[in-house]
Amino acid sequence: MEFETVRIVTGNDLATGDVTWWTGRGWSRHIADAVDAGAEAEAVAAREEAARHVNVPYVIEAKATPDGPRPAHIKDRIRAYGPTVRPDLSIAPADEGAAERVL
Amino acid sequence: MYKYDEYDQSIVEARVEEFREQAERRLSGELSEDQFKPLRLMNGLYLQLHAYMLRIAIPYGTLSSRQMRMLAHIARKYDRDYGHFTTRQNLQYNWIKLEDAADILAELATVEMHAIQTSGNCIRNISSDQFAGAAADEVTDPRPWAELLRQWSTFHPEFTYLPRKFKIAVIASEEDRAAVKLHDIGLQIRRNEAGEVGFRVFVGGGMGRTPMIAPLIRDFLPKEDFLSYMEACLRVYNRYGRRDNMYKARIKILIHELGADEYRRQVEEEFLHVKTLGLDPPAGEFERIAAFFAPPAYETGLPDEIDLSDPDFASWVEQNVHAHKQPGHAIVTISLKPVGGIPGDASSAQMDLMADLAEQYSFDELRVTHAQNIVLPHVAKRDLHTIWKKLDAAGLATPNLDLVSDIIACPGLDYCSLANARSIPVAQKIAQRFASLDRQRDLGEVKLKISGCINACGHHHAGHIGILGVDRKGEENYQLSFGGSGAEDTSIAKIIGPGFSEDGVVDAVEKALETYRELRTEGERFLDTYRRVGLAPFKEAIYG
Repeated sequence: MEFETVRIVTGNDLATGDVTWWTGRGWSRHIADAVDAGAEAEAVAAREEAARHVNVPYVIEAKATPDGPRPAHIKDRIRAYGPTVRPDLSIAPADEGAAERVL
Repeated sequence: MYKYDEYDQSIVEARVEEFREQAERRLSGELSEDQFKPLRLMNGLYLQLHAYMLRIAIPYGTLSSRQMRMLAHIARKYDRDYGHFTTRQNLQYNWIKLEDAADILAELATVEMHAIQTSGNCIRNISSDQFAGAAADEVTDPRPWAELLRQWSTFHPEFTYLPRKFKIAVIASEEDRAAVKLHDIGLQIRRNEAGEVGFRVFVGGGMGRTPMIAPLIRDFLPKEDFLSYMEACLRVYNRYGRRDNMYKARIKILIHELGADEYRRQVEEEFLHVKTLGLDPPAGEFERIAAFFAPPAYETGLPDEIDLSDPDFASWVEQNVHAHKQPGHAIVTISLKPVGGIPGDASSAQMDLMADLAEQYSFDELRVTHAQNIVLPHVAKRDLHTIWKKLDAAGLATPNLDLVSDIIACPGLDYCSLANARSIPVAQKIAQRFASLDRQRDLGEVKLKISGCINACGHHHAGHIGILGVDRKGEENYQLSFGGSGAEDTSIAKIIGPGFSEDGVVDAVEKALETYRELRTEGERFLDTYRRVGLAPFKEAIYG
């Protein structure tokens, strides 16, 4: 099934370094909360970085799946989930199948 | 071990406070990320995939028990209860918060540690032989010279902004356990025909995207000229190394383009000038440093015999224990490569245990190896069984040193923002495929090394079998290469053909090693057989 391609904004929290995702109103550690920023994505990234709400933000493409956005590139899927070799340290440690879905 | 003097301690403490203020300015918004990035990198703080990563310097890989316990404490208090020992004998934490970084550096300073010059275009942590001071085959302990280099290179004003990073390794044995010819400068201490101690100087080696073996620049450098000659080597590089293209900025490119003879000529010319500056320390200063590395007070009269009636213990002794120059003693290598584990990772509890063992049984010393294992350098043979039992209970007694499951692997795409593919899962699958110790031992020495990108932190160019992860149209793909070596017979591995999927490369490694079993002659390692018969039979087995 072909899902719509969306543009989402991600970066790291300045103080903690945590991976964060733009929700339309703020930042979340969970990619499921990310929203399609469309043509505004770059402007959102610039504005939020200037306001120190996020560190080194950038825009990625993702597929809008029923489970939430799925980044096009494996690097961003690993960022969204955590290291595939340490599921206990992932964003969803109780989800045993999560690492496989990253790939 | 070397002990900081008041100058060492004060400059490290001053750097902590300087960084504390810089981090506060970043957190308050006074500094932008562009302004802050070079400052944090000077203190080993990277921003990686999931968080900040902090790289701690472990000079020439030598640690005291107290220092190892501090590493465990930091992992427990500020990170996620583990650390990752690297191919440059350092340690990395993967989950650091910027708001904690200065406190961590302050805690490290209390045990004479820091993260200075673990990043940036400067002279990085000096690496050395993990068996230094213990190896039966060494001319002298190379660590006093490595320490002299550390002091010379720390905050060296002329070499803070080199064209690119700069790595130096020092050994004092014919057997090369530090891959010296794959460093920017590789130094081998030796004696000349008159019995004098000096250095064989190799310059311009390296891995990365353009692997090169360092040519010999000086066959015998008298020790009295050591620092002046190092200064001259760096000056010529600093003056003429390329700054227009970071991929051509390492000294290996300069020497390749100039030619070794012309580089040598320029260095010798510069050396004549530098030598007039009085840079080399007086003998008394070197003796002061060397005294910190005096041999420990070994017990004498200890037996050399080891009771090997326990077969599991015997396997471990055979694989992970090496000869020591002191009778009745041995060198223990603790494998951080359990089957299915993550190469180089150790939990806080494991670090504490290794510190305890070092304190109790190894004169308070540990070493980190470039193959991501830990060494207890001075162990009485009578204590080996006790040590083995304690290691075994903590999952640290895998008897696989230099076998196919003793894999070097970089953090790869699971952690690293530069990586194109994951390294660790490939290492885990290969280790699981060859989980049988009997099978591994039958295959003998196989140095398998995996990098997740062309930067080659996993040393794949120097692997008997090397694996390089690449991004092929958004998919992870793995190139296989054979024939590398980081030992005294240094060679660069060659790519064998088209790449593989993750599972495909595991199958290919197995086919290669089965082919080796069929073709080997008595006493041949995989590398020897490959060098003798060439690629063709392996390629046929793998690609059909």
